[in-house]
Amino acid sequence: MDIPNLWLAGPELWLAGGAMVLLMIGVFIGEGSTRIVTGLSVALLALAAIAIFWFPQTGEAFHGAFVMDPFARLMKILVLIGAGVAIAMSVGFARRENFARFEYPVLIVLATLGMLLMVSANDMITLYLGLEMQSLALYVIAAINRDSLRSTEAGLKYFVLGALSSGMLLYGSSLVYGFTGHTGFEGIAASMSSGGVSLGLLFGLVFVLAGLAFKISAVPFHMWTPDVYEGAPTPVTAFFAAAPKVAAMAMLIRVVHGAFEPATTEWQQIITFIAIASMGLGAFAAIGQTNIKRLMAYSSIGHMGFALVGLAAGSQAGVSGVVLYMIIYMAMTLGAFACILAMRRADGMVENISDLSGLSRTNPMMALMLTVLMFSLAGIPPLAGFWAKYFVFLAAIQSGLYVLSVIGVIASVIGAYYYLRIVKIMWFDEPEQGFVPMASELRVVLGVSGLFTLFYVLIAGPMSDIATNAARTFF
Amino acid sequence: MGVAALFFYLFATVTVASAFMVIASRNPVHSVLFLILAFFNAAGLFMLTGAEFLALILIVVYVGAVAVLFLFVVMMLDVDFAEMREGFLQYLPIGGIIGIILLVELIFVLGASFVDPQAASVAVQPIPDLAETSNIKAIGDLLYTRYIFFFQLSGIILLIAMIGAIVLTLSHRTDVKRQNIADQVARDPEEAITMHKVKPGEGI
Repeated sequence: MDIPNLWLAGPELWLAGGAMVLLMIGVFIGEGSTRIVTGLSVALLALAAIAIFWFPQTGEAFHGAFVMDPFARLMKILVLIGAGVAIAMSVGFARRENFARFEYPVLIVLATLGMLLMVSANDMITLYLGLEMQSLALYVIAAINRDSLRSTEAGLKYFVLGALSSGMLLYGSSLVYGFTGHTGFEGIAASMSSGGVSLGLLFGLVFVLAGLAFKISAVPFHMWTPDVYEGAPTPVTAFFAAAPKVAAMAMLIRVVHGAFEPATTEWQQIITFIAIASMGLGAFAAIGQTNIKRLMAYSSIGHMGFALVGLAAGSQAGVSGVVLYMIIYMAMTLGAFACILAMRRADGMVENISDLSGLSRTNPMMALMLTVLMFSLAGIPPLAGFWAKYFVFLAAIQSGLYVLSVIGVIASVIGAYYYLRIVKIMWFDEPEQGFVPMASELRVVLGVSGLFTLFYVLIAGPMSDIATNAARTFF
Repeated sequence: MGVAALFFYLFATVTVASAFMVIASRNPVHSVLFLILAFFNAAGLFMLTGAEFLALILIVVYVGAVAVLFLFVVMMLDVDFAEMREGFLQYLPIGGIIGIILLVELIFVLGASFVDPQAASVAVQPIPDLAETSNIKAIGDLLYTRYIFFFQLSGIILLIAMIGAIVLTLSHRTDVKRQNIADQVARDPEEAITMHKVKPGEGI
């Protein structure tokens, strides 16, 4: 009997064990344990990220069901940072809004565990279990403010639609298994390249992609996003917008480049369509929004569309573009949500765009940082967001996808309108009552994110190398 | 046509008919009972393919636990299902179209497996051979060795479900009088009983 190489799954085991210990601490200490559990869970995630960074080991474990490679390493570190920052940003909010519960950080740690498994999934079963682990924790987190009607509605809506998408994914996986005889990605790819892509397999591919597109909230599976983003408590929305998107995108990359490599022409059409639809909807639907959380929801739909442009290219440059896009997207999103979490007056949180008016006079520093982030989200050079878009479009053009690139650039220009509108409201409208001073943890997140975005051009070379190194895994 | 085929058609027909009755019957309790009938017949189908363990698990878990829970929910929640079903006809056209599309897809897919001779050949043989060992032993062998990773992951998912249920429903009420067992046990006659001398005809 062979002992599986547990060391490769070290970070996952660490998180799983740690989450259970935290749960025990919370249960035994009771209501007062929220601070300890929150601090320890951030430490847990940080240590896992450091361990992945420190021990660059690669290989497969559990009979090929779990894989650790340079791509997985990078994406896991990204996911862990996203989750850790999201927990840290929730501290002040939880204290003031009365939702301090020790289960919240524990559930985020468990969701992160699911995400790490998604990133490392090399088998349909691992993929599904990782996805369910993440989703189940996210449904609960969305509804965690159970006294609020909107929060519970968001949780329920997310749950029902998520269950539907899981059903589609499972149906697709069962068709793929039926027609290839394998659940492992290598087996599926081998069977496909020797036996060709049959009609049943194609149906399986479509259903699997539909299920995955739901998780990255790409059109036409985006319906849940605005309602869940608006209804869930703001720190939860900040978490939803960052880490799960990165994990789901990493999983999508691995599925199409790992398992469905021989069917590249088939999935390219699907991804191209999803990319165009997401970019278009993200650009137009956000224009009429008045709530900033809803606006960020449409913005994230649009950004997923742009990232998929790189995936549609189907080349190494494309994958490295997507990886880079996700890094920059996460940095910008976390910064933007640090600002949204700081939108707080003496009488409570506000979340309308009009509440930002005249921010440049009441809080110039926050206005400056938010302006940098909005310019970057719109893709204006030389900020980070521009380089993210530049590399995915470059990859698409290198692969001959001219129409897709042109549509992408047009969508980007239209989308710039609503980002610039926020800038205009902050700098040129009459000031309203100012916000209460920003909490220190939000200041740090906003500062780091703003500086990263502003001076990205200085570190663009090393960042591209990191992304290319990760993308080389598949080629 | 052997006895097995006869039973297959019997179980299959009853499964489909009772599945239809689940959505067609007016009384939700009848729906649940039809669901149980469908589970029993599906178990019969499993039995015919030689998967006796799955057949029994289906009855124990789905009929014994899930369906009974359904029945509880249906009886305890005061949901007016007749009212919910009023818009049924209104959604029939679009539902019908989706159903037909799915049916066509199924025919395509299943048709492909009959037409495509390779589909049967790629199917992986069960390990170990089912003729040699019982099916419960085969599952046990694989589940706790080769698939231990998946097994443990499912365990964590169940843990999350449990935490979720507790987070979303448990509330500590402070206005309820609770039993304090330590106090009850520590009571003794000295502090619990007081003696009064009652004069005749007066009361306390």
